[in-house]
Amino acid sequence: MKRTPQWIVGGAVAAAAALTLSGCGGSSFDDEAGADQDGSAPLSILIGSSGDAETAAVKEAVAAWSEESGTDAEVTVASKLPEQLAQGFSSGKPADVFYLSTDLLAGYASNGSLLAYGDDLENKDDFYPTLVESFTYDGDFYCAPKDFSTLGLIINTDLWTQAGLTDADIPTTWEQLASVSQRLTTPEHAGLAFGGEYARVGAFMASAGGGLVSADNTEATANSDANVQALDYVKQQLAAGTFSYAKDVGAGWGGEAFGKGLAAMTIEGNWISGAMQNDFPDVKYRVAELPEGPGGKGTLQFTNCWGVATDSANQEAAVELVQHLTSTESQLAFASAFGVMPSIQSAAEDWKSENPDFVAFLDAADYAQGVPTVDGSADVITDFNAKLESLKSSEPKAILDEVQTNFEALLADAN
Amino acid sequence: MSASPAPAGRPGVRRRGIRSGEAVSGWLFVAPILVILGLFLAVPVGMALWVSFSDWTGRGSPFSSNVNFIGVDNYAALLSGGGLAEQDFGTSLRNNAWYVVFVVPLQTALALLLAVLVNRGVLRGRGFFRTAFYFPSVTSSVAITVLWLFLFGASGAVNKLLSYLGVEGPNWFSDPRGIVHNLLALVGVTEGPAFLTGTDALGVSLWQWLAGPSVAMFALILLAVFTTSGTFMLLFIAALQNLSEEVDEAAMVDGASSWQRFWRITLPQLRPTLFTVLTLGLIGTWQVFDQIYTGTQGGPGKTTLTPAYLSYTSAFGAQDWGRGAAIAFVLFVIIIAFTLLQRWVLRDRAVSKRRMRGYEIPAAAAGSAIGAGAAVASRSTDGTGNSGKDLS
Repeated sequence: MKRTPQWIVGGAVAAAAALTLSGCGGSSFDDEAGADQDGSAPLSILIGSSGDAETAAVKEAVAAWSEESGTDAEVTVASKLPEQLAQGFSSGKPADVFYLSTDLLAGYASNGSLLAYGDDLENKDDFYPTLVESFTYDGDFYCAPKDFSTLGLIINTDLWTQAGLTDADIPTTWEQLASVSQRLTTPEHAGLAFGGEYARVGAFMASAGGGLVSADNTEATANSDANVQALDYVKQQLAAGTFSYAKDVGAGWGGEAFGKGLAAMTIEGNWISGAMQNDFPDVKYRVAELPEGPGGKGTLQFTNCWGVATDSANQEAAVELVQHLTSTESQLAFASAFGVMPSIQSAAEDWKSENPDFVAFLDAADYAQGVPTVDGSADVITDFNAKLESLKSSEPKAILDEVQTNFEALLADAN
Repeated sequence: MSASPAPAGRPGVRRRGIRSGEAVSGWLFVAPILVILGLFLAVPVGMALWVSFSDWTGRGSPFSSNVNFIGVDNYAALLSGGGLAEQDFGTSLRNNAWYVVFVVPLQTALALLLAVLVNRGVLRGRGFFRTAFYFPSVTSSVAITVLWLFLFGASGAVNKLLSYLGVEGPNWFSDPRGIVHNLLALVGVTEGPAFLTGTDALGVSLWQWLAGPSVAMFALILLAVFTTSGTFMLLFIAALQNLSEEVDEAAMVDGASSWQRFWRITLPQLRPTLFTVLTLGLIGTWQVFDQIYTGTQGGPGKTTLTPAYLSYTSAFGAQDWGRGAAIAFVLFVIIIAFTLLQRWVLRDRAVSKRRMRGYEIPAAAAGSAIGAGAAVASRSTDGTGNSGKDLS
């Protein structure tokens, strides 16, 4: 084996190269405080867009700010936002301003990637308090809610009148919902179809007075009696055939089932307006608030925020830009461009008068419940969703007990 | 390579003279590829290995001073954590194991069958069939997955076809029930015995381990067989064309039927190719990702979750980079272990004494008693022996 020494030499060279390379990577990102500040550094903005309308609206708003402030800013549309964010953070050069979802907040906040700028905003008291709570981690208000959505009951008005129902029949209680859904169920279509996942079924838990975790995300409450009652109700209706999951009627989501006429009602958020306009322009529908459960009114809300990176070279300008993007004026422009609801209360009246048909969504803001934001909750919810798929044949209490255990484990890790 | 004997066979004498510069130029020539491989293969693998033992959170370099070595914590959480991480990992291994159990034998058998069919001289339009069978392999797996989603939709073409046969097809991609459980349910078994439901392995009860692939996963199994059989068919065709016809003819002279010739002459000679196909199949199936990513995202009911996909979601979704890397390395170990096992099973063995006895001419039975069967058997030993010699 005369060649062995040469292999060793080769290996040593490779190892040395590897160490040099990794050494380069290691040294420059050690400082905890973030990048050195430079007031004239250009900003990069990373967004996950729902379509051309959203991209154009954001670009326009950013360009207007850029002109006014004299700071260059460029908007990039990510095809896979979480991946591109992760790549940015690991390279130490993340986008300065970016969309951030509630389930990623805790992870990025806890490792110091995010700048907690929420309290510096002039309009911080104008945001809906439940939205602020969704973006508060460890007592700090991290980032400004960009906009939000709530769930409502979407009704196909043609099928509604065909079944002999009138405005007076719009359900306001669980019992009424079950009975109108039964009347609307025909061999051709289901009465009410919605996605078999926490993001829809959870609305029933909210209106039963429950929730997976307490409002401040510190306590697991998944197996509360209210939640069991809600799942029992949904299970009963699924078994009776009055409710269906979208998948069971052959649709990918509630909006598709509704648009294709496979269901007379569905539970979806305000994003449905875009889908109906683009894909099913002929279907006439109206939006009602979700019926009250034993715990009163309840629905879920979903939101994203404008995250600012600690590693941004121009944090001051980044926060200024967010201030501009969350102003009443910008938010109303976004609302009319791609159908979102403004995250600030002062824009509510304007929005309602511009969108009279969707008032029910914004009215729900008063009682809407945020989704859990504990670090790792996305995994638990995925697991919960998997179990909800077979709710019809499972024991609700057993499902919720497992979710409870999983959340308790997360919260024990977090504290 | 390093095992080949050194060209200068005299021990103790250093090579000098005209060949002294060879080693240097040799290294010079391989340097570019070594650097490229090192940079894009060795370094990332090394980094991933480190990440799997660290608490890196995805911010900054994994080698920065605030990333700590946490020992085997990430691995422990997967293999004995008792939490959701272990359950998910167990579920993904269960799903993928069933996928492998179905896909590898099916695709190998189908590939071999197709290869033998299109390799026959009598078949007209061989070129056409060869292309047709190979076609799914050259199509992008994303495109095929989307096609599959349509075909196997609740009201898709497959269910339509089944309805003509009077069968009500399942809602394929949203049916989480395991097919073994479904079969058991047909004979009235819906609850597992207590020793199966009560015992857990990796957070999943043994009864659930035995559930079989879900209906959704089964659709993906068909997809994999459909797309990869063509590739392996090519390998088999190449191998078949290399076989010498004399051996086959000799068997024919001995009176072996075509079935016997296939099993006892052709197949043993194909063993090296069979090993390649099985190994590639095993590696490919344990790493299944695209179909899950574009098609089902792990649903329904987590029954199409696979380790590769779980590794991806743990890292990029849950920001748990250490766990994601640890899953990748456990998967690596699994693949290596199976490949070694398979090498051992398919190794060349000396013909055992028991089998050898069948080929010896019994002293009592002379001449006419030696049937065609024994002759065929002796030929088949030749086949095996030859291929063994070629390998060594």
